[in-house]
Amino acid sequence: MIETRGLRKSFKSRQGREKKTIEAVRGVDLDVAEGEIFGFLGPNGAGKTTTLRMLATLIEPDGGSATIAGADLRADPGEVRRRIGYVAQGGSTWDGSTAREELVLQARLYGVSKADARARTAQVLEAFQLSEYADRKCQTYSGGQRRRVDIALGIIHEPKVVFLDEPTTGLDPQSRAHMWDEVRRLRAEGMTVFITTHYLDEADALCDRISIMDNGEIVASGTPSELKREISGDVVRVGLAPGSISAAAQALNAYKIETYDDSVRLFVEDGAVAIPQILRALDAADVPLGGIELRRPSLDDVFLTKTGRSLRES
Amino acid sequence: MKLLRDTSLIFQRQAQLLLRNPVWILVGVFQPVMYLLLFAPLLKPALQVNSNAEAYEIFVPGLLVLLAIFGGLFQGFGLIAELRAGVIERSRVTPVSRLALLLGRSLRDVVSLIAQAVIITLLALLFDLRVFIGNLLLAYLMLALISLMTSALSYGIALVVKSEDALAPLMNTVAQPVLLLSGILLPLTFAPGWLQGIADWNPFSWAVNGTRALFRGDLGAPDVWQGLLIMAVLALLAVLWAAREFSRSVR
Ligand SMILES: Nc1ncnc2c1ncn2[C@@H]1O[C@H](COP(=O)(O)OP(=O)(O)OP(=O)(O)O)[C@@H](O)[C@H]1O
Ligand SMILES: [Mg+2]
Repeated sequence: MIETRGLRKSFKSRQGREKKTIEAVRGVDLDVAEGEIFGFLGPNGAGKTTTLRMLATLIEPDGGSATIAGADLRADPGEVRRRIGYVAQGGSTWDGSTAREELVLQARLYGVSKADARARTAQVLEAFQLSEYADRKCQTYSGGQRRRVDIALGIIHEPKVVFLDEPTTGLDPQSRAHMWDEVRRLRAEGMTVFITTHYLDEADALCDRISIMDNGEIVASGTPSELKREISGDVVRVGLAPGSISAAAQALNAYKIETYDDSVRLFVEDGAVAIPQILRALDAADVPLGGIELRRPSLDDVFLTKTGRSLRES
Repeated sequence: MKLLRDTSLIFQRQAQLLLRNPVWILVGVFQPVMYLLLFAPLLKPALQVNSNAEAYEIFVPGLLVLLAIFGGLFQGFGLIAELRAGVIERSRVTPVSRLALLLGRSLRDVVSLIAQAVIITLLALLFDLRVFIGNLLLAYLMLALISLMTSALSYGIALVVKSEDALAPLMNTVAQPVLLLSGILLPLTFAPGWLQGIADWNPFSWAVNGTRALFRGDLGAPDVWQGLLIMAVLALLAVLWAAREFSRSVR
């Protein structure tokens, strides 16, 4: 449904006198199958939005090619526009209009007749549980309601593919869970959903397949469980008092280690063997122990091993 | 056909939002009326003319051109608000005509300007202004072209600079010399030769002269067709340029 090869984009920016080139996206290859919920996971500034804006025909790639829903991005952007929906990271509603007005207008911009636009709007308002607020101005909506309107605007014309740029950022846990249901419903209606996020649990729970992006490049792709399986071994998390992190790191320098404010994480072959050794090493160094926990690798651990950084910190 | 349909969609939307804002309408009507009432007592002696009617023949066209220029030039601010809200990006992912995104907005500006102009003309009639209806309609055409050009220009610049902080000083820098060198508020008849020479290079001074000729009833004056032609060409160029900015990438 989406296939990209070597997609690239750089921006020129000026900092005072100095001109700098930011390579926002440096050669992205993606294959998204029909009916998939595909996740794009990466920290701030990774290039997720830039990639999406290229695929949505909003900015022109510097290089590379892409086919979206059977239309070529470079040769026929008009056809791409007809077949996709795009929901921007920053939202897209006008404070002075109502959700109903916005939806009818958006449908009509896609060439839908007035009567059909009205009917489709009523249907979408119902599906997104917005009917109650539909005739109130958008400025009166809560963050979650507003985000639902944004997404409704992106799918009002029943596209084959919809791009959702961070649909759940800033929502409370309940609204997020609600949004996940909406996304699954879109997929059930036959849409291919391309979603960006920097929430690990979201990528894990919602997406069929993910690509992890860092610094303009894709560093890993696969289903969440495939990616986690790639990291052999276990993760041991050792809870510590904030003052004793460096002492602990010193004592455990034989292991692959990652330090945090109140804990360290160790990547080990076999947790059952490693834990007694870890305890002994800490004891010998007189480091007081807050707690110890053994678990299977998470997506964050995948990110850490691929990039050398943790997604939580960046 | 698609262009027409898309343009009317954008126009309707923009007009609806405008009408919903009563403050704007109040300001839009109140301001020119104040000009008319407070300037009126100064006019006859200042312009050294014999009657009120004659004074208004000179002053009213200038006032209307002024409104057309400024009304247009400051439309860009609204567009920047729309950019920020994501409304423009939302339009640009649809197959809507990019020319329509501009024309729908600019036509809204033209229509609201003409509405203002009608109100002012009617008021001036109370002050003994007399003008033939045919000439008046041509004068409105001139005003429409001016405001089409300045609003398109303003939208285009807004799309390039993308921030109010950059747009405001830019618009003031453009507007000031245009205003001073066009003889809009007072005709340049008594100005020294060098000043008139500069004014000849200001397209708006041709527009003002043409509009004044129409209000005088001097349909045959070359100022009329020259002014209309210059404004039509500039409006066309401004529209084409601004529409291209709408189809280029905007953040
Ligand atoms: N119009 C632009 N001009 C200059 N630099 C830009 C522009 N757009 C993006 N960038 C830069 O490109 C890089 C990638 O940005 P992008 O918005 O794609 O990141 P992102 O992965 O979406 O991040 P976030 O999670 O914060 O949304 C960043 O360094 C950003 O500063
Ligand atoms: Mg982003």
